[in-house]
Amino acid sequence: MPSTFASSALVPPGLAADLIQIVLCLALLVAIAAPLGVYMAKVFSGELTFFARAERALLAPAGVRPKAEQHWSTYAFSLLAFNAAGFVVLYLVLRAQNLLPLNPRGFAGLPPHLAFDTAVSFVTNTNWQSYGGETTLSNFSQMVGLTTQNFVSAASGMAVAAAVARGLASRQVRSIGNFWTDLVRAILYVLLPLSIVVALALVWLGVPQTLDASATATTLEGAKQTIALGPVASQVAIKQLGTNGGGFFNVNSAHPFENPTAISNLIEWLAILVIPVAFCFTYGRMVGDRRQGRALFVAMGLMLVASIGAIYAAEHAGNPLLAGLVDPAAGNMEGKEVRFGVVGSALWAAATTAASNGSVNAMHDSLTPLGGLVAMLQIQLGEVVFGGVGVGLTGMLLFVVLTVFLAGLMVGRTPEYLGKKIEAREVKLAALTLLIMPIGVLGFAALAIATGHAQTAVQDAGPHGLSELLYAYSSATGNNGSAFAGFGAATPWHDTWLGLAMLLGRFGYIVPILAIAGSLAAKKTTPASAGTFPTHGALFVGLLIATILIVGALTFFPVLALGPIAEQVSILAGHTF
Amino acid sequence: MSKHSPVDIALFAPSILGPAALEAVRKLDPRSLARNPVIFTTAVAATLATVLAIRDGLSGGPTVWVGCQIAAWLWVTVLFANFAEAVAEGRGKARADSFRATRRTARAKVLILPGNRELWEGKDLDRLEPGELILIEAGDTVPTDGEVIEGIASVDESAITGESAPVIRESGGDRSSVTGGTRLVSDWLVVKVTAKPGETFLDRMIALVEGAKRQKTPNEIALDILLAGLTLVFLLVVVTLPFFAAWSGTTIPTVYLVALFVTLIPTTIGGLLSAIGIAGMDRLMKTNAVAKSGRAVEAAGDIDVLLLDKTGTITFGNRMADEFVPSPGFDERDLAEAAWLSSLADDTPEGKSIVELAARRHEFRRDQAPSAASFVPFTAHTRMSGADLADGTVIRKGAVDAVTALTGRAPDPALDAAVRRIASSGGTPIAVARNGTVLGVVHLKDVVKPGIRARFGELRRMGIRTVMITGDNPLTAAAIAAEAGVDDFLAEATPEKKLALIRSEQAEGRLVAMCGDGSNDAPALAQADVGVAMNSGTAAAKEAGNLIDLDNDPTKLIEIVMVGKQLLISRGALTTFSIANDVAKYFAILPALFVAAYPGLAMLDVMRLGSPQSAILSAIVFNALVIVALIPIALKGVHYRPASAAALLSRNLLIYGLGGLVAPFVGIKLIDMLVGLLHLA
Repeated sequence: MPSTFASSALVPPGLAADLIQIVLCLALLVAIAAPLGVYMAKVFSGELTFFARAERALLAPAGVRPKAEQHWSTYAFSLLAFNAAGFVVLYLVLRAQNLLPLNPRGFAGLPPHLAFDTAVSFVTNTNWQSYGGETTLSNFSQMVGLTTQNFVSAASGMAVAAAVARGLASRQVRSIGNFWTDLVRAILYVLLPLSIVVALALVWLGVPQTLDASATATTLEGAKQTIALGPVASQVAIKQLGTNGGGFFNVNSAHPFENPTAISNLIEWLAILVIPVAFCFTYGRMVGDRRQGRALFVAMGLMLVASIGAIYAAEHAGNPLLAGLVDPAAGNMEGKEVRFGVVGSALWAAATTAASNGSVNAMHDSLTPLGGLVAMLQIQLGEVVFGGVGVGLTGMLLFVVLTVFLAGLMVGRTPEYLGKKIEAREVKLAALTLLIMPIGVLGFAALAIATGHAQTAVQDAGPHGLSELLYAYSSATGNNGSAFAGFGAATPWHDTWLGLAMLLGRFGYIVPILAIAGSLAAKKTTPASAGTFPTHGALFVGLLIATILIVGALTFFPVLALGPIAEQVSILAGHTF
Repeated sequence: MSKHSPVDIALFAPSILGPAALEAVRKLDPRSLARNPVIFTTAVAATLATVLAIRDGLSGGPTVWVGCQIAAWLWVTVLFANFAEAVAEGRGKARADSFRATRRTARAKVLILPGNRELWEGKDLDRLEPGELILIEAGDTVPTDGEVIEGIASVDESAITGESAPVIRESGGDRSSVTGGTRLVSDWLVVKVTAKPGETFLDRMIALVEGAKRQKTPNEIALDILLAGLTLVFLLVVVTLPFFAAWSGTTIPTVYLVALFVTLIPTTIGGLLSAIGIAGMDRLMKTNAVAKSGRAVEAAGDIDVLLLDKTGTITFGNRMADEFVPSPGFDERDLAEAAWLSSLADDTPEGKSIVELAARRHEFRRDQAPSAASFVPFTAHTRMSGADLADGTVIRKGAVDAVTALTGRAPDPALDAAVRRIASSGGTPIAVARNGTVLGVVHLKDVVKPGIRARFGELRRMGIRTVMITGDNPLTAAAIAAEAGVDDFLAEATPEKKLALIRSEQAEGRLVAMCGDGSNDAPALAQADVGVAMNSGTAAAKEAGNLIDLDNDPTKLIEIVMVGKQLLISRGALTTFSIANDVAKYFAILPALFVAAYPGLAMLDVMRLGSPQSAILSAIVFNALVIVALIPIALKGVHYRPASAAALLSRNLLIYGLGGLVAPFVGIKLIDMLVGLLHLA
């Protein structure tokens, strides 16, 4: 057989195309995110006023003056109160959905633990789903209950980032902005317009947007199949943009009605990352030094690229035990949609775990052990690789505070960031947040093992089962919401503890970072000089990544060794579980 | 005058190491350990390991031999940390002892009636109250700090300052304070006590250098909090591990978990942190300056602006002859000779500098001088001085207008231009006339100290701005500022102007350091973030400043900043090193713990250690030894050369960050080989 150009090339067939796809996706992402970031900076600085009337109309009934500045504690209290109220409403809607309208298929109300878990999950921007969306929830629950929280939980996170950036930028000021104003602006200026654009694009690509209950189809074998329908496009748009991730359908973005084509896949992928990435640029503008935002962008970007590369490589290599049984060029296709393939699935898996989104277009349970490890690790870092809308940036800033404090002394000054001295109070708050992921993941998972609830919930024994357990609690604490599957979370025990993990992982970060922002806002700003610890260069980026890996990732090294790493080495040894 | 520079105590002097080893054991007292959260936690872990070892010994458990060794090494880790602190304290004590030796007087002579020196009673020092009047006579040691109310005396302050020449202390003015521990050489003084018992300057110095009552500095407290936070994180990791191990079908002996825990928590920096702080104070003492608190040394590292007095810091105190400018038609050598002759008997610094310049430029030597010359001294009336030589030559030098008036002629226009040029450059022109003819002028100028310009350049690269403070007019000040290379200057400075300048710099977020000695400097010294008072200064100034320079050398400010920076860098470098160490420790211990459950995890054992037991033991031994290995760095401070923050960062990151990553891989491997060789595990 004559050798063709493609097969004689050094690059394996398909790899070049995959790489080009990855590079194009990333380039497109940055091209959209950078201007969006600038736009958002203007929104949160109050420079844009074209929705001012709507803003006032929304805030006036609540008695809020848009420019009334809040102390950090008032800001935090407003946020907590707002989210608490949102939780109560959502909980009641879910419990009583049988009594409420728009329930064409007559679903019953949710049991208490499931309603609690689901309400917490959507209020905390986690969107962990212990239920199958299309077979459990009415259209009213989905649209009024969940979609509302999809918007406001995302907007709450964005408000936090805006307040923190403001706090770092201001000098000797006691306030960090107004929560209600930030919340309303995030929705009016950013989330709503972007959702409409994305939803329309998805409808055009064939995603249903209807209040009909289901469609009936006749399969090739002649059997009748009922396919659930609903207002899918609108919910999918905001679930991706707001790093929510809770799908309309149980199989989430792998479902052809949520994500029918490669184009819709690209649009949704971009939607997952665009706001978190844009926040780097927003931040740089708001603190008045774009290099600071760029440094965070580069640090996060490098980690994302490394994750994409690692997952892609792991999935492309496939399962060595299946060598000879399947086409090696296809890689590991278990649990993947053929219309996305290995590269589309790897890009998505990296993005959804980086950005605390949690929607999936392939089953993470079926990723190779190392691919699953990378996905899990990104969550365990505290969702700082771009992370959730707003909170990803602030989570990264906590690591910046720690990095500056640990290494900043090496230039011979007490540590400072953006001219603000990092002192005992800030360190105490940042150190507190270091405990959250270990408590939520290691503590709660160990508790589940000790009480025997873990053993009954997992589908697999051995290291893979451990991965399933760890992934569930990582996903909850990291407010990611994606599931490894194979983990039966819908029990009172797990619903409760996962709910607690989500609350801890959400507000356990938000309150301390707001307190830090408040404390830094009140401080003097030392002008930068040649003696200032530089926080914008390549060296700092490297230092930041090293801190995240050593302080964040190494904490999970022991359990990762017993989970995915043990599974991988066992597979290499020809052993399965 | 001779200055003693404080003795440099050898790093590991046996006189310090012996007591320090004892002290390390004494510091096992839980109350003492509790001051350091990380080391306290280590001690708790060591106790637990000991209990486990005893239990296994009694029940014949499988890990008893390694368990005993682990327990022993955990105690060694605690002892090494205690030892590091004890050595640092020991060095401080050695320095303190030399101060304490000066406190020989146990009693003071308290006046019963103010104004009557004859009537006094002896009173114990610890009952002496501020406000009481005491009498000090020749030969007495000054019992406490105070202010002279009456009398004048010469005082030997060498005990405090190392300056052997006695100084005059008298009532009123800027020389009215006396310090406890100094000794009256002559006459008598009546002094009002200003310090409470036990709180004199000397007491504070002793307490500080001994480190006994050492207050943790703000940055140290913050670092402590972070280290405690990391310790909690690792506690969670280790406490939950048995459950995950059980899931994986294996059990991990508790003593191994204890070992993993101690190797992960930041024992290295935790053990060295207080030693670094104490050693920083010690290094400051070596420059012959005393900080009233550790906080001041830390703040010195943060300084953005240095206010420096011109006189004595930037320039030599006096104006000096710099050039000879002859009148048209005269030779420079001629002028130089006349100036030289007129100054030979002139004892003022200006006169001496003219003689020196003439000797340097034209090689006039003293033995060439005509013997029979009579010197005409300077008077305020004539504003001239000079010499009348035996051959009838009359030479006069002095203010230009006075000397020109002598000639009775209008000044030469070319000479006039030179005079104006000198004045505008900040110098002083001195005209020289021979027999009624103006030969030219001598240019007297403030001479900038050699090397100071380079020093300021260095400071600039470190990001520190220098501001020159001077009473000169702006023109003169600008000229000197340009020559010295300072960044800015404050001319016609008054204490109020100085204070306003400090406040405006601080309002912009900068930290300001300054030095001063007079009472009118006190408000500015108090306002500055780092205020260095001269020891020769007034009590008010010394009270207001947070550092005191015993050498009375305003240049010391720069050295103090360096000491502060070196202290902070040492702390940061060792913290980075300590945390970077964790990577290797994970790779040493984790495979050892898990290889029974999953043999494949042996591939994580990148160091290829002898056996699981040996791996754990080697990690814990390395962890203990690294504390000892780093004691010299903690005490001496990391090598520090002034440079920009970016340069310092990349250098230190390379050494302590990368070094911290790599060193334990090598160290643990070597120890493991030794453990195998000795069959310890």
